[in-house]
Amino acid sequence: MVGVTRAADSDSEPCIAGPPKAKLFDCRDAFSKTLEEMAASNPKICAVVNDSVSSTKLKNFRTRFPERFVNVGIAEQNMVGVACGLANGGMQPYVAGASCFLTARAMEQIKVDLGYSNSNVKLCGMSPGMAYGELGPTHHSVEDVAWTRIIPNLAVVVPADPIETREALLYSERHPGPMFLRISRMPVREVHDENYRFELGKAVQLRVGDDVTLIANGVLVSRALEAAEQLATRGIEARVLNMSSVKPLDTEAILKAARETSRIVTVEEGFAAGGLGGAVAEVLALNHPVPMRILGLPDRFAPTGSAEFLLEHFGLTASGICLAAKELMRDNDRVGDR
Amino acid sequence: MMKPLYSGDTVDWTPLAGSELSTASQWLRISAMAMTHHAGIGHTGGDLSAADILATLYLGGVLQVRPDDPAWPERDRFIMSKGHCSGVFYSTLAARGFFPASTLKTYMDPMSVLNGHPDRNKAVGVEANTGPLGHGLPIAVGAALACRMSNMSWRVYVLTGDGELQEGSNWEAAMTAQHYGLDNIVVIVDRNRIQQGDFTESTIRMDPMVDKWRAFGFHTLEIDGHNHDALLAAFADAGSTKGKPTCIVANTVKGKGVSFAENNPAWHHGVPTREQLHAAAAELGVEVPWLV
Repeated sequence: MVGVTRAADSDSEPCIAGPPKAKLFDCRDAFSKTLEEMAASNPKICAVVNDSVSSTKLKNFRTRFPERFVNVGIAEQNMVGVACGLANGGMQPYVAGASCFLTARAMEQIKVDLGYSNSNVKLCGMSPGMAYGELGPTHHSVEDVAWTRIIPNLAVVVPADPIETREALLYSERHPGPMFLRISRMPVREVHDENYRFELGKAVQLRVGDDVTLIANGVLVSRALEAAEQLATRGIEARVLNMSSVKPLDTEAILKAARETSRIVTVEEGFAAGGLGGAVAEVLALNHPVPMRILGLPDRFAPTGSAEFLLEHFGLTASGICLAAKELMRDNDRVGDR
Repeated sequence: MMKPLYSGDTVDWTPLAGSELSTASQWLRISAMAMTHHAGIGHTGGDLSAADILATLYLGGVLQVRPDDPAWPERDRFIMSKGHCSGVFYSTLAARGFFPASTLKTYMDPMSVLNGHPDRNKAVGVEANTGPLGHGLPIAVGAALACRMSNMSWRVYVLTGDGELQEGSNWEAAMTAQHYGLDNIVVIVDRNRIQQGDFTESTIRMDPMVDKWRAFGFHTLEIDGHNHDALLAAFADAGSTKGKPTCIVANTVKGKGVSFAENNPAWHHGVPTREQLHAAAAELGVEVPWLV
């Protein structure tokens, strides 16, 4: 097991999410700090933003490396094209902007200039999912994983905490092709320890268990761990996989989980269709079908509310995950599987 | 009659000038038409309007490139933003020695390196994958910025269509180019006044074209895009312009040199028959380079 941080024992009722007791972090801090370190040692590293200097937390980067900081203004198509040109000229650009605009507005540039061209450009989709909760669906980025993961050559990574954010960034510097990194702003606790090293295409098993597997990424990994602890009080041992690498996908870990635990619950901060759950379902359907639940947003736009409220609203909580796992166990019991 | 331009040996290559450059341009035209005839699909009108611009850049000695070392870090970058005119672009790359002219015969064939729109990972000499319009100028701006960040001195040239400039991404990139004072970038607009379905001015008016670029902070030049001397002078002028990017509005004729294709929107993606190919060759004063 790598970097396991167990949720503190809860004295609340099983399957009711208790407040996280651990210290919480905004992954953007790890992002900006790490990118500055990288730029300090690698003169090819540059940043490209769309006016998003403060929301990407790159003010300090701009101060330290003004000649390697490009602000194209509010122009996302241009931003991604400019990054492609910078890579053509031998630089290693990191494009940072709110994920909702970066992906939706520049989709064709991401497909053609980065994926199809196989350009050495890293896209950092900031504040994804429902981080901008109250601002409404225009500012939610709950489609980005589905959109990006079907583009050939483009790696898709959804880090779970500040440690993985840092490690994934460090890894990206050595990865020669395009990559989409989803950098969360929702406060999350650490689920990895300082010895953790990110590896593209590898799931991280954060908890052992043989009754059901919870596959999560991003801000929902810590909630999956909490759900697993709650399930344990009911005698259900859940395996927890952090599937931060959505593409390439660790099919081996998924199939192993399917064979050994017979049930899979996926959970992500995005539409249930087309994202992590869809990717896992594709692997299972073709190789080793097992009962599964895909937790995410249903096929409708979110109502008004904070990020925390919306996660609760859509059942993307420890108790929601717990419930899905228990339903899965019950369904299986009914068909005599257990 | 024009010899095949490809020698396989680029060491002793010298720029073409005068009548040689004119003949080379005609060869690029008939080559592109032969390719379109072969493939049964293509963009004849824009191939013909861009031929003199490409000939001047690649064969007239403007671009500092090394066909035997295509990834030479200090090379000038040329971005073919109007990627649909791949026939004339590939013909130019072959003529300059990036790949054998015989490769042109595989245009759009199954598994060919010569896709309908250029792919930098397949065809040697291609800098950017283009085809969807409005992609080239942002990429050119990035390459120009990379040059500055690397303390190098290469130049970036980008050829756009005129209808293509209806895509807003071009103007996003234009604002960036002027804001950063990128004097190492040259935009060439192939102003043939026709887009896929109609004349540009009947579709979405693009005039006053030069004023638009000037308003966006560019040094502007308006020239006859079929006059090699005017093109060479314009590129030299752009090279001596400091502190701002240059836009050359090259007035051209869509279908230039082939009477039945000239200034006719139907020839935007018209495909010549065998007879039309021979008629075109006769008008251009060159031989059909190869026939299927």
